[in-house]
Amino acid sequence: MAVTVSIPTILRTHTGGEKSVSATGTTLAEVIDDLENNHGGLKARLVKEGSLHRFVNVYVNDEDVRFSGGLDAEVKDGDNVTILPAVAGG
Amino acid sequence: MLVIRRDLVDAMVAHARRDHPDEACGVIAGPFGSDRPERFIEMENAERSPTFYRFDAAEQLKVWREMDANDEVPVVIYHSHTATEAYPSRTDVSFAGEPEAHYVLVSTRDPIEHELRSYRIVEGVVTEEPVKIIES
Repeated sequence: MAVTVSIPTILRTHTGGEKSVSATGTTLAEVIDDLENNHGGLKARLVKEGSLHRFVNVYVNDEDVRFSGGLDAEVKDGDNVTILPAVAGG
Repeated sequence: MLVIRRDLVDAMVAHARRDHPDEACGVIAGPFGSDRPERFIEMENAERSPTFYRFDAAEQLKVWREMDANDEVPVVIYHSHTATEAYPSRTDVSFAGEPEAHYVLVSTRDPIEHELRSYRIVEGVVTEEPVKIIES
């Protein structure tokens, strides 16, 4: 299951500057593990204590994965995974 | 230094005043590589709170896609502080995820005089920068 992952500016140091990379997996967690194998350091920026970090938004196609299972969200061949830094503060 | 048109400054202040006492937030997009804010985009504060703001995740995706399609970047990311000075809070710094953006803060704690300041926030380090307003 190959998917395309869009990487935000702040995480491109882990992808050699690439804006978009491909990864494989049937769930978001597997995709992130595969990303980590090829682009070390990404996982720690996305996952904390077994769930998605509150500093990032992750979407599968147009769906915010917070509403579709988080790391258990299913991905299909050809899906687009988009990572954006959450814009928030106090 | 942030160089910005007067009408864009006025639009941020007006948005902050309108949403007071809740925090207001938004983006000013500009052409990639230009460092010039041009397209004003008010965002929904999904928190509707006087002490916190968060872009609505679905709206953010839509706006970020539009910027991508237009070859734009978020040149300015602004939000208001409604009871404190226009200086990034600890939460602002921990969330700051756009190292190339100018983070603009507008304080509306004084009902008449607003305060508007701009910062770079890179890897947890806040650097204030001058704001040059140009007449539009």
